[in-house]
Amino acid sequence: MGYVSLTDSDRSSMLEAVGVSSIDHLFEQIPAGVRFERALDVEPALAEAEITRLLEELAARNAHTGIELSFLGMGVYDHYVPAVVDMVLSRGEFLTAYTPYQPEMSQGVLQAIFEYQTAICELTGMDVSNASGYDGCTVAADACFIAKHATGRSKVVLAEAVNPMVRQVVKTYAPGFGLEIVEVPHRNGATDPDELGTAAADAAAVLFQQPNAFGVLEDAPALAAAAGESGALPVAHVDPISLGVLEAPGAYGCAITIGEGQGAGNFQSYGGPHYGFLAARANLIRRMPGRIVGETVDAAGRRGYVLTLQTREQHIRREKATSNITTNQTLLALGGLVYLSWLGPQGLVELGETCISLAEYAKERLGDAGFATVFSDQPTFKEFAVRVGQDAREVIRAARARGVHPGYALGRDYAGLDDALLVAVTEKRTRADIERLVEVLTAVAG
Amino acid sequence: MELIYEKSRPGRRAGLVPRPDIPRADVPPGLRRATPPRLPEVTEQELVRHFTALADRNFGIDTGFYPLGSCTMKHNPRVNERVANLPGFRDLHPLQEDEGAQGALELMWRLQRYLAEITGLPGVSLQPAAGSQGELTGLMLMRAYFTDRGEGEQRDTIVTADTAHGTNPASVTMAGYKLEKVATDPRGNLDLADLRTKVTERTAGLMLTNPSTLGLFDEGIEEVAEIFHGAGALLYYDGANLNAVVGRSRPGDMGFDIVHINLHKTFSQPHGGGGPGGGPIAVRDSIEPFLPAPQVVCDDDVFRLDHDRPKSIGRVRGFAGPFGVFVRSYAFMRAYGPELREMSEAAVLNANYLLARLRDVYDLPYDRLCMHEFVLSARNLKREHGITALDVAKRLMDFGIHPPTIYFPLVVPEALMIEPTETETKERLDQLVDAMRQIAREAAEDPELLRTAPHTRPVQRLDEVRAAKEPVVTHSFGTSAVSATGAEA
Repeated sequence: MGYVSLTDSDRSSMLEAVGVSSIDHLFEQIPAGVRFERALDVEPALAEAEITRLLEELAARNAHTGIELSFLGMGVYDHYVPAVVDMVLSRGEFLTAYTPYQPEMSQGVLQAIFEYQTAICELTGMDVSNASGYDGCTVAADACFIAKHATGRSKVVLAEAVNPMVRQVVKTYAPGFGLEIVEVPHRNGATDPDELGTAAADAAAVLFQQPNAFGVLEDAPALAAAAGESGALPVAHVDPISLGVLEAPGAYGCAITIGEGQGAGNFQSYGGPHYGFLAARANLIRRMPGRIVGETVDAAGRRGYVLTLQTREQHIRREKATSNITTNQTLLALGGLVYLSWLGPQGLVELGETCISLAEYAKERLGDAGFATVFSDQPTFKEFAVRVGQDAREVIRAARARGVHPGYALGRDYAGLDDALLVAVTEKRTRADIERLVEVLTAVAG
Repeated sequence: MELIYEKSRPGRRAGLVPRPDIPRADVPPGLRRATPPRLPEVTEQELVRHFTALADRNFGIDTGFYPLGSCTMKHNPRVNERVANLPGFRDLHPLQEDEGAQGALELMWRLQRYLAEITGLPGVSLQPAAGSQGELTGLMLMRAYFTDRGEGEQRDTIVTADTAHGTNPASVTMAGYKLEKVATDPRGNLDLADLRTKVTERTAGLMLTNPSTLGLFDEGIEEVAEIFHGAGALLYYDGANLNAVVGRSRPGDMGFDIVHINLHKTFSQPHGGGGPGGGPIAVRDSIEPFLPAPQVVCDDDVFRLDHDRPKSIGRVRGFAGPFGVFVRSYAFMRAYGPELREMSEAAVLNANYLLARLRDVYDLPYDRLCMHEFVLSARNLKREHGITALDVAKRLMDFGIHPPTIYFPLVVPEALMIEPTETETKERLDQLVDAMRQIAREAAEDPELLRTAPHTRPVQRLDEVRAAKEPVVTHSFGTSAVSATGAEA
C-alpha cells in the first residue's frame, strides 16, 4: 500500500531477525491507554491515476492567472518564470536532499547557496546574506530581532505604507521578542521622512518598503537617513524585480535589507512556498538568523563550501541561538538564483523598465477613462492605486464575471480607501491586456 | 568547480524580456540605480550545464540511501510534483477572491481534516512555514491562552527534555519564555522525579518529542500529562517523529494540547536541500480560538478564509501557508488512506531490523526496541581505536550512503542516529548493515582509512574552522583568496 517497500516475506524474515513475533509487539512500548486501536477515519487509498484526477478536479475550480486576466499583486506577482527554473528544481539531487550538514555529500547545494548569497548581496548592496527565510513577512520579524540585539533597544518603527501582512507578522512576533511597535502613518501614499525620524528616537529599527504597499516610490534615501540619525537601524523591504532600475539600499545607508523573493523565480502557488531574503552589513553577521554558507578549502587545498558560523544556530546554541529556524526555503532560493542568472544584469534593468512603462501606460489609459490614481503626484513602479468610484470589492466581483481580476481592494487594509483598487502590471501583461482592463472597468464602474 | 560568476562574460545572456511598444517610462533620477548588480552573464546552455554540474555534486534520496536521523528522508513520489504544478494550483494568486479559489480552499480544508484525525486534535492551522515556526506558534498560543485566563504573567517557564531538538529551547527564547530542562532516566524516558520538582505554578507548558530523539516512546507519557495538566499547564508535541506512530497512537490521546506536524518529514514534501517545509499545528478546542488568522472554514460546502478571529494571535507568515506543500502532502496521504498506519509500521520495523543487525558492533546506550529511529554510539570504537562518530559518518560516504545524524542527541556521546523510513527495501537496509559492520572492522584494521575518509567524494574533509574564523560568504569578483583550481593565491 502507498509507498511501503516491504513484501510479506521481508516482513517475516525481518521480524525474526528482531526476535519478535509480530508488528504489534514492536508497538508494545506505547502504553495501552494511549494506543490507537481503530482505523483512521479517512477515505480509502487511491491509485496514482485516481489521485491525479482528484487533484485535477480541485485545480480546475481555481481561477488562476492562465485563465483570468489578472492585475493582482500586493506582495505576490505574476512575473514570468523561465523553463530553466523548472528544469533545475526538478533535479532529484537538489529536490530530495536535506539541509547540507555533511558538506562532502552536498557541495552542489552549498555552492548554489553561496552563489545565491552573492546574488542577494549584489542586488541589495549588502555585505552578507543568509540562505533564505520563510517569506517576505517573517524576514521582517527576523530583522527586528537582529536590531533589538544589535542596539539594545526594543522599539521598532513601522511605516504604515509597509505591506499590511508584513506588519501583522512583526506584531505577532513582537510580544515574544519584547518589542514595542510604533507605526507611522502614510501621507498621501508615502512616508514623511521627518515624521519617521521623530518616531525613530530610541528605536532599534525603522522598517520601510520601497516601492511601498501602494506601489509608490518612497524617498528611500531620506527615510534611511532619518532613521539612521537617531541610531536606529534602517531596514528596507524591497522588490527584487525593481533592483535593476532602483538604487540598492546599501547605497543609501540601510543596515539590513529584506524582501519577498517570489517575483524573482517562484510561481504564485496561492501564497507559497516562496523565499524571503535577508541581507545585512558585515558587522551584523553573527546576529543573523538561519543558514549561512562560507568558502573554505578541503584537506587537499581545493576550494569548497560549508555551513558556517553555526555557533549562531539552534542545533549548537540552543536557547542562546539567534533564531529557531532550521528548515528554510533553499529550493525556492535556488529558483531565485537560477532566475537571476537567466536574466542577468541587463535583463533585470530591462525588466524594471518594462514593468514601470506598462504600469505608467495603464495609469494613463485608466486616467483617460476617468479613473484617477489615488496618490496622483507620487511616482510608482509596477503597481498603483486607482479610484473606481464605488466599493472596490463590488467592482472586482463584476469585473471577474467578465474574466478580468482588476486588482486588490485596498479598503481591506486601509481606512478611507474602500473605493481604491491596487493594480499590478508585470511584464506578462500586454498593451492589449491593459486595453481590456480599461474596457471592463469602464463597463462595470465607469 | 568554477562559480557561475567566474563563467560570466560581459554581454552574454540567457533570457529576453518583453519590450512592448509603449512610451518608455523611468524611475525618478534621484532613485535610479547607479551601477547594475553584478549578476551572472551566461548563455542558457552554460546555465543548464552549471546547475547540472552542481546537481552532480549533490546527494539526494534519489541518489541513494539517506538514513539521516530525525529527518525522515523517505521517497518523494513524483505524482506529488506533477499535481503541485497544475496551473490551477501553481498559477493561483493568494489574494484571489474565495469564490475563485474554491479548489485550493477545499484541498486545505480536507488536509486539515486529515491532520485532525491523525493527531486527535480538532483545531488545525496550516499557516506555519516549518516545524520550528510551528513550535513558535504553539508557544504563542500558550501565551495567548494563559493571558486570556489571567495567568499570562504568572506562567513564564517552558520545560523541555535534555534530548530535545535544538529548535525547542531556541523557540522558547524567541517566544519570550524561560527554559527549564528535565533529565532523561536510564530507560530513555523523562525522569519523572526530576520532572515533579520542575513543574510549578510558573510552568506554562512542556515541549516534548514522542517518540523522543532517542527513538523511544516515553512509557510514562500518561503520568507526564497528568503532572502538567494537574499544575494547570499545557503540553506541546514536537511532531518531528510523527512518522513512528501514525494510526498507532495520537498526540491528542497522549494528552498533548498542541502539536506541530512536519509535512516535509512524515508527509513527504521534498526537503529541497533545506526547505521548503510545512509546519501545521493542531490543537484542542480550548485553544482553537487563538489559532492564527486566517483560517479555512466550510459553510454549506462553500469554503472561505475566515479573517474575523478576535482572539487570534495574528498571522505568523504571509497568506494562508505554503500551499504547494499542502498539495504534495495531501496527494501523499490519499495514496495511503487508512493504511497510513502501515507506513509507520514499516518505518518502525525497518528501524528495529537495522538495530538488531548492528547492536553487536556499536554501543547501544538504551537497550530497548526502538520506534522509527535509534541511536547507537561509536564510543566503543573511540575507546578501542580512536575512531569517532565523525569518522564513521565520513567513511559511510564511500559506500554511497548518506551518513546518519551524528553527535545528536547530546546525551549520547559519539551518537549515530539512524532513521531508515518505510520506503527503503530490505536490500538497502542490508547494504547499510554491511557497510557499518565493515567500517567497524576497518576501525581496528586500518583506522587511517577512516580518519582520512571520504575518499570518493568531489572534496575531502573541509576546514570548517577556517570558514568560521574569517568568513567568506560571497564571491569577491576577482580578489578571491582562494582560486577555483584549489591552490591558494
